[in-house]
Amino acid sequence: MSEQFEPRIVAFFCTWCTYTAADLAGVSRLKYAPNIRVIRVMCSGRIDPQFILEAFAHGADGVLIGGCHPGDCHYIEGNYKCLRRAHLLKRVVQDMGIEKERFRLEWISAAEGDRVKTVVNDMVAQIKAIGPLRLPSRFKQWDAEMRELEATVNHTEEMTHASQA
Amino acid sequence: MTEKKEEIRTGFYICHCGHNIGSVVDCPAVVEYVKGLPGIAVSRDYKYMCSDPGQELIAQDIREQKLNRIVVASCSPLLHEETFRKATSMGGLNPFYFQMVNIREHDSWVHTDKNAATEKAMDMARAAVARVRFHRALEKKKAPIHPDVLIVGAGIAGIHAALTLANAGKKVYLVEREPTIGGHMAMFDKTFPTLDCAACILTPKMSSVKNHPNITMWTYSEVTSVDGYVGNFTIKVRHKPRYIIEDLCVGCMACIDACVFKQKFEDEFNQGLSKRKPVYIPFPQATPQVVVIDPEQCLKLKTGKCKESCAEACDRKAIDFNQKETIEEIKVGTVIISTGFKSFDAKKLPQYGWGIYPNVYTALEIERLVNASGPTGGDVVMRDGKHPKRIGIIHCVGSRDESTNKWCSRVCCMYSLKLAHLLHEHSEAEIYNFYIDMRTPGKSYEEFYDRLLKEGVNFVRGRVAEITDWAMNKDEEDHLVIRVEDTLAGFVRRIPVDMVVLATGLEAREDAQDVRRLFNIGCGGEGFFMERHPKLAPVDTFTEGIFIAGACQGPKDIPDTVAQAGAAAAQCLALIDAGAIELEPNTAFIDEQSCSGCKSCISLCPYTAITFDAVKKKAVINEALCKGCGTCVGACPSSSIIQNLYEDDQIFTEIEEVLAHV
Repeated sequence: MSEQFEPRIVAFFCTWCTYTAADLAGVSRLKYAPNIRVIRVMCSGRIDPQFILEAFAHGADGVLIGGCHPGDCHYIEGNYKCLRRAHLLKRVVQDMGIEKERFRLEWISAAEGDRVKTVVNDMVAQIKAIGPLRLPSRFKQWDAEMRELEATVNHTEEMTHASQA
Repeated sequence: MTEKKEEIRTGFYICHCGHNIGSVVDCPAVVEYVKGLPGIAVSRDYKYMCSDPGQELIAQDIREQKLNRIVVASCSPLLHEETFRKATSMGGLNPFYFQMVNIREHDSWVHTDKNAATEKAMDMARAAVARVRFHRALEKKKAPIHPDVLIVGAGIAGIHAALTLANAGKKVYLVEREPTIGGHMAMFDKTFPTLDCAACILTPKMSSVKNHPNITMWTYSEVTSVDGYVGNFTIKVRHKPRYIIEDLCVGCMACIDACVFKQKFEDEFNQGLSKRKPVYIPFPQATPQVVVIDPEQCLKLKTGKCKESCAEACDRKAIDFNQKETIEEIKVGTVIISTGFKSFDAKKLPQYGWGIYPNVYTALEIERLVNASGPTGGDVVMRDGKHPKRIGIIHCVGSRDESTNKWCSRVCCMYSLKLAHLLHEHSEAEIYNFYIDMRTPGKSYEEFYDRLLKEGVNFVRGRVAEITDWAMNKDEEDHLVIRVEDTLAGFVRRIPVDMVVLATGLEAREDAQDVRRLFNIGCGGEGFFMERHPKLAPVDTFTEGIFIAGACQGPKDIPDTVAQAGAAAAQCLALIDAGAIELEPNTAFIDEQSCSGCKSCISLCPYTAITFDAVKKKAVINEALCKGCGTCVGACPSSSIIQNLYEDDQIFTEIEEVLAHV
């Protein structure tokens, strides 16, 4: 494995505000950490909670959602819908043992290229500090544990059946 | 899902964009990497993909290599998605079998580590190649364009755009919140560098606007709501009560003479340098020539007790104290926003003494003071009644300053030169200009500066520290002293003057944020409205059908404002004459098979595009109303709503593939 941990962050940016802000960061030649992979959606309201869970399940160390500031949504209120889902999801994710730093929702307007930079760098630093999530390998481990457990249970059952017979 | 088992043959193209991408991302390495991905038939790099040969490369490969999917890794899709979609259809393929990868704005321009940037480009390319397999052929919807145009703000930008459109035979609604059209330009005395009088070039245009059969001019009115989309906007306009029946008033001003009040209220048009009555007309050439009553000041409207001498004096019975505001609804296809600027509030820099020392003026005050129809008829007499012998003009007040506004307001150097000339002409005073840099980029501007140098105006390079009335010697007594570091001479100077003029910068309007929200457009960090592209789409906004012109987009002078207004009018004309506009097909639809009829989506739609079919017990999306945000898609518990271009399969594949490299 690599000597230094480089977190993988999947970002979902709405096309009107945060994606445009990331474009502006580029046009302004701001420099930020290369750990982020942006997936474009029309509106943060499109973001299905499943997207976030799926990203973690496939090995993301962090997930970032970027939408328009409250009141600025191109589709009137999609960002509020996103916020409601994110609140719930934050709790679900934390209950699953995923640290809260790994899931972040940010309002970044099309004019805030510098904020893209700050948020990405900040998130990368935070996740570097808490280390990798490694959900896929944890899944494997849990699966193995489950199989082991099942095997033990089956074995015990067989034993009881055998002794009864 | 309909599954045709076709063989996927994807063409991948990576653009060097000169050195923009190629110097950071190892393009040949990405090409080699992509060759190993499933379904790839062609993988190439090229210096400029967006150029004609670049596009032709795609079209030719589609024809010769029988490609059925295209991925281009280059700049932002916001810039060139349309270009490559066209190239895709040039090759005979449906343009929506195309996916773009943003490796310039989101990669090569923001990262310095070449290996990491190349790896990122590979990840994004892999995700796009995987995603594009799930793409389907789509058709663009067409929306008809209503031929009428709304213009918000009737300064020189709005006026020019309105006349251009009206002369082309289009119906225009010109809405202005003030009682008269004309904007800031109507307040100016003369214009640089030609020194022709602002009124002489503006007022004929104002009366053309009023008399044009194709222009509906609404003053003292504001837009209160905007609904719909490009080609089909429904706008509500609020007409504020003037307490005058506009059709009856001829502007004889008999009511003003008859009003019981003395002239005791600040005259906004003259920047408070003169007083007016509660019933007034903003300035002699105001258009329309209709008086207005200020309800906060009028005795009748405030207390109900007045002998109503104004109404008595009006032989046309045009005064109506019972007038109420009215709301009018109109339909338009396109909108131009030309709401102008706000002058920097000089109070924010108390060291310059505006509002403290009576003889400190803002540039706009001086415009009125030197104006022949201004409060003094053009006589440069100061607030203390004296005539100045020495005048200091301070540049960059509220411009190029970290503590106020960072930007250069572009017009102040030139108008300061103009005011220097005019003040000298009107008062014969000795003039000092205090500047940081002289900025005179424009046709005949530098020549004008040269003329002023020859006229004997003094120029001192340095940002003024403060204006004070503390005299340190006899010469300074009863004067304002300008303390400044003369950076050319290399020492600090104290220059006593009689009058100080602050060249205040240009800012966004105070309610620019409200206007932005109303029209669903964007503002830059400084507060000015944001154009779609600074170079290639300078009057477009991110909302189709809404255009911006003039100083609301950023500080600019009259020639640039007029040019931009013409450009915005041309953009409207292009849409109107095309008759229809093609819309992104990113709308959503319901998969009836799996929809359980739970209705969770219905309340989520901000456009009430989703209804419930009570017979089938399924949700139905009205495609004409759907704007394609995808909020319902994200919420559907059974994944029965599909958003074109953002289908679940496409996004889940993207998620999986950007991470596949871990």
